[in-house]
Amino acid sequence: MSVRVGEAASAPDFPVAAKQLMQNEQLRRNVRNATGIIRNKRASVVGETPDWQPLRDAAHAIKDHTLRYLDRYLIQFEENCKRAGGIVHWARDADEANNIAIGIVQAQSATEVIKVKTMTTDEIGMNRALEASGITPYETDLADLIVQLGHDKPSHIVVPALHRNKMEIRELFMRTMGLAELGTRPEDIAEAARIYLREKFLRVPVAVSGANFAVAETGSVCVVESEGNGRMCVSLPRVLISVVGIEKIIPKFADLEVFLQLLSRSATGERMNPYNSIWSGVAAGDGPVEFHVILLDNGRTNVLADAVSRETLDCIRCGACLNACPVYRQTGGHAYGSIYAGPIGAILTPQLQSMEHSQTLPYASSLCGACYEVCPVKINIPEILIHLRNKLVESGDVPTSERMGMKAAAWAMSDAANLSTARYFGRIGQKAFTNNGVIHHLPGMMSAWTATRDMPAIPPESFRQWWAKRAQEKR
Amino acid sequence: MLISLFITCYNDALYPKTGQAVVTVLERLGHTVEFRAAQTCCGQMHYNNGYRAEAFSLMEKFLDDYRDAGVICIPSASCVAMIREHYPVLAAQSGNPAIVAQVNSLVPRVFEFSELLVDKLGVEDTGAFFPHVVTLHASCHSLRSLQVGDKPERLLRNVQGLTYIPLEDADQCCGFGGTFAVKNADVSSAMVADKARCIRNTNAEVCAALDNSCLLQIGGMLSRMEMGTRTMHLAEILAATSPGVRP
Repeated sequence: MSVRVGEAASAPDFPVAAKQLMQNEQLRRNVRNATGIIRNKRASVVGETPDWQPLRDAAHAIKDHTLRYLDRYLIQFEENCKRAGGIVHWARDADEANNIAIGIVQAQSATEVIKVKTMTTDEIGMNRALEASGITPYETDLADLIVQLGHDKPSHIVVPALHRNKMEIRELFMRTMGLAELGTRPEDIAEAARIYLREKFLRVPVAVSGANFAVAETGSVCVVESEGNGRMCVSLPRVLISVVGIEKIIPKFADLEVFLQLLSRSATGERMNPYNSIWSGVAAGDGPVEFHVILLDNGRTNVLADAVSRETLDCIRCGACLNACPVYRQTGGHAYGSIYAGPIGAILTPQLQSMEHSQTLPYASSLCGACYEVCPVKINIPEILIHLRNKLVESGDVPTSERMGMKAAAWAMSDAANLSTARYFGRIGQKAFTNNGVIHHLPGMMSAWTATRDMPAIPPESFRQWWAKRAQEKR
Repeated sequence: MLISLFITCYNDALYPKTGQAVVTVLERLGHTVEFRAAQTCCGQMHYNNGYRAEAFSLMEKFLDDYRDAGVICIPSASCVAMIREHYPVLAAQSGNPAIVAQVNSLVPRVFEFSELLVDKLGVEDTGAFFPHVVTLHASCHSLRSLQVGDKPERLLRNVQGLTYIPLEDADQCCGFGGTFAVKNADVSSAMVADKARCIRNTNAEVCAALDNSCLLQIGGMLSRMEMGTRTMHLAEILAATSPGVRP
């Protein structure tokens, strides 16, 4: 089995990528601006929902239950999807899923596909696999189109081109669509995309989608999107292929009531999502005549096997944790080296890859808890980050200097006398660096601190020394 | 009331004035403070970095050190969060019913300093006098784990002479995060630079907090930027009095 999460396995370490990206002031302004707008919209629609916390609890409980009985619900989904006229495939990893999709496209003698916004096909690198087989994929989601035309990478789960501003997009469209003129209003830019895409919707015979939810009870697939381009993709072509991560299963159709309330408010700050497409198999004279579902594992069962971090698979890809994260808002999504950025990416990407790659991601957080606070399905991201750090410590995948430092600290803390000894040597060690009780420069690992921040020197008297002295004076 | 002070490892070494201030305030309010000399550290650093075995040992030590203590006051929200949120996790993982029972007995006895004053002792006016302009940094642990709400603010607003200016983007992390500040120094620095900008906009003389760990980060940046704003633990402000003001 070869689990692949985009190009995450070969991505640079988070601190290295972050440092480089943070030098791009335009990018930082774009990210800050966009996340700020979505955060405010989310806060306002969440604030007016009186049962928000019970909804979160319900979603968490449904997901928890589903993951416990995932084997049964997957089989149930397969049966009901087949019964409705769908064809269900099972893919262990990225290559299997891509090969199944390529086989379906080639059986149609097609050379082009249109795509609905889907993270999952980015995860398995489907576009590249299709191109290698002589098939041209066209992204139809506006943001994905921007990313594709710019040979760029998505930087946000919900808003993949969040790092681009209007004028950058206008320039990109003029260049790649061969437009001599284009207005500067958002409507002008959207119109250019509309003209470019309409022709493809009407011509291309095969569409590829992901899924937000797959309902076991009915065999239905649900895709939510804001533009209507997804609706065109799932209804106009002859053949539709939906790539569905196995964690997208929910037991009952009625469960959508919970998730659709949470998702739209968390993702875009809307009370209701504009286009909610839900279909079950095929229907004569209406929509595609051939419908395939590819159920994808690609490392998800690795995550499922860990009882502590299993709830990572609860994620409904709303992106609220990205918008809330003070780290993401400084770096943007590309620093995470994965199509899954932000706090959820920091826990999902390494786990999908069995903790063998992306090992700096569990440390890309100050553990401030803003992600957990906004998560609509109550994934305790900070606790899982700590759990993953523990896994790395136990497998020996941490720097020796850190291990030594932590051992030394454990010794110092194991006994009050040791702590006083450590403090004594700290006082001696700091002498060369202290100026008026302030340290402006430290060597080694701590130079990373003093590069931008001062440090107070250890004062002559500790609290416990003061306390002991006072006790003596009192006597 | 007899109150046992857990000073925390970093306050003991780096911020003794905070501990002295806690003693001053509690004694001024008529309480007796004890300090158990065997105490060291709650284990938060080890826990947060994934050194679970070491964190467990430190938890066992804490349980031993405070087995027979009554009310325990900790002038650090993040250390209280460690005990309240993570000790139960460590205890459950150990599968040892005796440890679980000890943690269950410990947790309700532990109070962060502002919680102790407002919730346990029912005090909002500590009789302090501090004629300065002050803003408050709400640490992530105090905000999200302890949910202290406006308790620290209420304590500050009751200080005579004090002008309180709220901080914009108060729910934003200062970027400390323990080893995060070193492992991801560039991001951490950018986060605290944002925080410093917000503090500058208040024109406050002092930035207060419940956590000296945040203030290590914020103070380090303010000092480097030579902004002239000091950082002080809330207890140090509440400890301040002047002659003529009632004790």
